[in-house]
Amino acid sequence: MSPRLTLATTGRVLRQLSHDPRALALVLVAPMVVISLLHYLFNERQPLVSRIELIMLVIFPIIMMFLLTATAMVRERTSGTLERLMTTPIGKGDILFAYALAFGSLATVQVCLLTGYARWVLGMEVSASIWYVLLTAIVGAQLGVAFGLLASAVSTSEFQAVQLFPALIIPQLMLCGLFGPRDQMNDVLHAISSALPITYAVEALIELFAHPEPSAHYWVSLGVTVGCVLALLMIASATLRRRTP
Amino acid sequence: MTYPAHPPAIDVDSLHVRRGRRDVLPDLSCAVSAGRVTGLLGPSGSGKTTLMRAIVGVQRCHGGTVTVLGRPAGSAENRRTVAYMTQSVSVYRDLTVLQNVSYFAALAGTSGDPAGRAVDQVGLRAQQRQLAGTLSGGQLSRVSLACALVGDPELLVLDEPTVGQDPVLREELWADFRARAAAGTTVLVSSHVMDEATRCDDLLLLREGKLIAHDPPATLLERTGAADFDAAFLHLIRAAGEEQ
Repeated sequence: MSPRLTLATTGRVLRQLSHDPRALALVLVAPMVVISLLHYLFNERQPLVSRIELIMLVIFPIIMMFLLTATAMVRERTSGTLERLMTTPIGKGDILFAYALAFGSLATVQVCLLTGYARWVLGMEVSASIWYVLLTAIVGAQLGVAFGLLASAVSTSEFQAVQLFPALIIPQLMLCGLFGPRDQMNDVLHAISSALPITYAVEALIELFAHPEPSAHYWVSLGVTVGCVLALLMIASATLRRRTP
Repeated sequence: MTYPAHPPAIDVDSLHVRRGRRDVLPDLSCAVSAGRVTGLLGPSGSGKTTLMRAIVGVQRCHGGTVTVLGRPAGSAENRRTVAYMTQSVSVYRDLTVLQNVSYFAALAGTSGDPAGRAVDQVGLRAQQRQLAGTLSGGQLSRVSLACALVGDPELLVLDEPTVGQDPVLREELWADFRARAAAGTTVLVSSHVMDEATRCDDLLLLREGKLIAHDPPATLLERTGAADFDAAFLHLIRAAGEEQ
């Protein structure tokens, strides 16, 4: 691992993104439009609508970062640039961390805009400080990046990578507590839900919703989320091979 | 087989590579001299690209050894001193020409303004702020070449770098390869255009994964008694076919 090469690659990925202003605009604006729809769909009923908006603060970046990271990494694999990188001094870890950093920064901008919009325009009410909300959403967004990198490893085309979205992410969204409290699920669904990483990012946010100070359960949930991100990045790193058949 | 008098930059010993069920390189041994331009020639499908991939260390091999600059192919030290240009254009189409070359300069750890110089060398100064994806095929392949040249490597492995280039540019590129070799760089260039053979110091001719000739161009013509390289290669390929 070399910080210099990681940062050079982060810069390169960000420069690639900067040449696609339309995609950037969609990433930053589309979530605000959808969250506004939800706000009025639920007739501004508090506290229900605040709870949904809060959870969406991590769901959106996960969805967007998954799609962006997966397609960008598949492109790197299929265009021959990854093979070329493998002949240079850069390490596999440098490449993956560069992707995590680049898309993580984009997610951070997205989360900040969306959180500000939800809090001050839509009047989202959360017990804990907004800084903890930001922290949790930014960490949670890394799950999207990590799952995206993993999806790219088992895809031979961008088309396949996008097809993995309903397979890898949608079940996690259904069971994460967005559609109803987890303790009301039957035992089987509850057990499955406990095995899925996105559950913990959402669980951490729900803790902030109810408690003015971050609880022990909040820190455990956030810690599990960080652990899942690191584990997924390590699995993804094992799928990058310097020598290929 | 005559081995060159120059010290080898690349030493391939009993290399065996299988891709799928096919033995692309069944048992290949050859050496490439340092500080010379060596042409790797052969019909398409003869294993040129596979050999180059083995030399830069991205090909999974099934036997034998490949020693490059005195170290195993693909070793960390070699990745600093060996540059590879793939046959298909491998650059970022959503970056400008200069951004592409600067990125590979950063990976090679070069300082100063090597990117600008490499862009000049491939004749793309006027296009340097253009997105690579908007260039023509020939220009795009020159961006890819510039990304390999930029680190001033000790060994350049170039897979068909002159395909699709106009005669003037081809002339300039070959002059650049020759100048680099004169300064001590080892250059390995693959081509399926036989008339490029005259520009090389040594030739390796591959057919179905086997080395059927390894000579300087003049020796090859003399040995086969042919008038030009097309005829010389046909002669050798037929002779190799009859042997089987």
